[in-house]
Amino acid sequence: MKNVLVSALAFTSGFVIMSLELLGGRLLAPYFGSSIYVWGSVITVFMLALSAGYLTGGWLSLFNPSLKRFSLIFFTSAAALYPLAMIAEPVMERVFETLTDPRWGSLVAALVLFALPTFILGLISPYAVRLLVVNVDRAGNTAGTLYFVSTIGSALGTLATSFYFVLWFQMDTIIFLLSGTLLLLGFVAWMAARNR
Amino acid sequence: MKHSATVLLALTALFITSPLQGRIIHREQSLYQTILVDDTGSRRCLQFSVRRDQRSQSCVDLKHPQRMVFTYTQMMMAGLLLAPDPQKILIIGLGGGTLPLALNDLFPEALIDVVEIDAVVVRVAEEYFGFQSSEHIKVFETDGRIFTKRAIMRHDQYDLIILDAFNGDYIPEHLMTQEYLQETRTLLGSKGTLVANTFAQSRLYDHESVTYASVFEDYFNFKQYPSSNRIILVSMAGLPTLDLLKARATRWRDRLRAYRIPIHNYPDRMSRTIDWDRDARVLTDQYAPANLLRSRNRHR
Repeated sequence: MKNVLVSALAFTSGFVIMSLELLGGRLLAPYFGSSIYVWGSVITVFMLALSAGYLTGGWLSLFNPSLKRFSLIFFTSAAALYPLAMIAEPVMERVFETLTDPRWGSLVAALVLFALPTFILGLISPYAVRLLVVNVDRAGNTAGTLYFVSTIGSALGTLATSFYFVLWFQMDTIIFLLSGTLLLLGFVAWMAARNR
Repeated sequence: MKHSATVLLALTALFITSPLQGRIIHREQSLYQTILVDDTGSRRCLQFSVRRDQRSQSCVDLKHPQRMVFTYTQMMMAGLLLAPDPQKILIIGLGGGTLPLALNDLFPEALIDVVEIDAVVVRVAEEYFGFQSSEHIKVFETDGRIFTKRAIMRHDQYDLIILDAFNGDYIPEHLMTQEYLQETRTLLGSKGTLVANTFAQSRLYDHESVTYASVFEDYFNFKQYPSSNRIILVSMAGLPTLDLLKARATRWRDRLRAYRIPIHNYPDRMSRTIDWDRDARVLTDQYAPANLLRSRNRHR
């Protein structure tokens, strides 16, 4: 049961990360265009934030790892994602006025807007590995399964967002939905931890 | 024997059905697209795709360089019926440079700003299509949306703005939103004219039409066989009456003959009738799936 729950949480983090990354490039387009360097900025920021998140998530898992604490990461990520829709416009406006080169402009804007939520989402994978590993012999197998699940989530997040979400919803709505999903899953994990 | 006859037949069919293929004299991959220059007889064309079914984007007749080969390029000159004497002109999308050269010809004193995102297009236009920037024609190699935002910050205004940024393959979606049109409207001031080369087919037609209507209320919708393009014409000073359009067309008629622009036919075809689905969703920065909508058929 715990296996299924933690896997579902890892899947969702993968889904949200890539959905957010695609929205990121689109969000920047009105101010910085949709050229390859805008995507370069977005991907760079996501990779940096995720790498820092992985490192920190692994470190956090050293201290009394529990499902309850895991759920806190989800609450935090939901809270970090939620204001994105509101701060995006003023942040981009400000950066646009300060930096004339759209390459640096898009990099700085991406950094300010996406680094924090992506960093927090990056905490999830290593923490999930710690929760599921029962012994050293099976550690690689457990990690492999979690990578598999979260990367499948990323693939589906990419597909769903670019094929359908942008056709059905406003971008702000998608961000709220992603944030709401993280909140909901955090709540499920919290309840599961309490009933244990 | 029978076999070779079949092959011969197939080959013949191939030659008959394939469009007149020119000689490709230049091929280059840019950051944004594949750029081809091909010569067919005296006609030289700039294409933005390797796909054969894609139309040529911009052509010149090498023997008569003034002549506008494409119907939609001619149609965009209908903007002169709304802006008879533009002195500051902004063109988003260079192509082969046909429009800036013609406008420079007609209005030698006018200042023309051309925005083209693709540096390779600019170079190809110079090398193969006789385009040349000058004291009066300035080229800015940047994104149209970025240029527009910066121009607003500089408090620039234009008498005539021509939006021609969509090639056949892919639409830059941030250039087809309500917010972008509002920004463009700011550059038009209270008297400017906007000419936009857009799409006449697919579900996108409805969405694009309501988006323009949401920003400009009233505009001329101009379609003409055999072009699959639709030209939108906006005047911030209010649309001229049919009589005024006709009077201006008569005045332009002789001047534009060298360009092969049948301007006297245009006033009657510039329509104010709403022939789109008014309930279609307005395209915004938040909702801009133009490329996905383009692959959908219209409901009616």
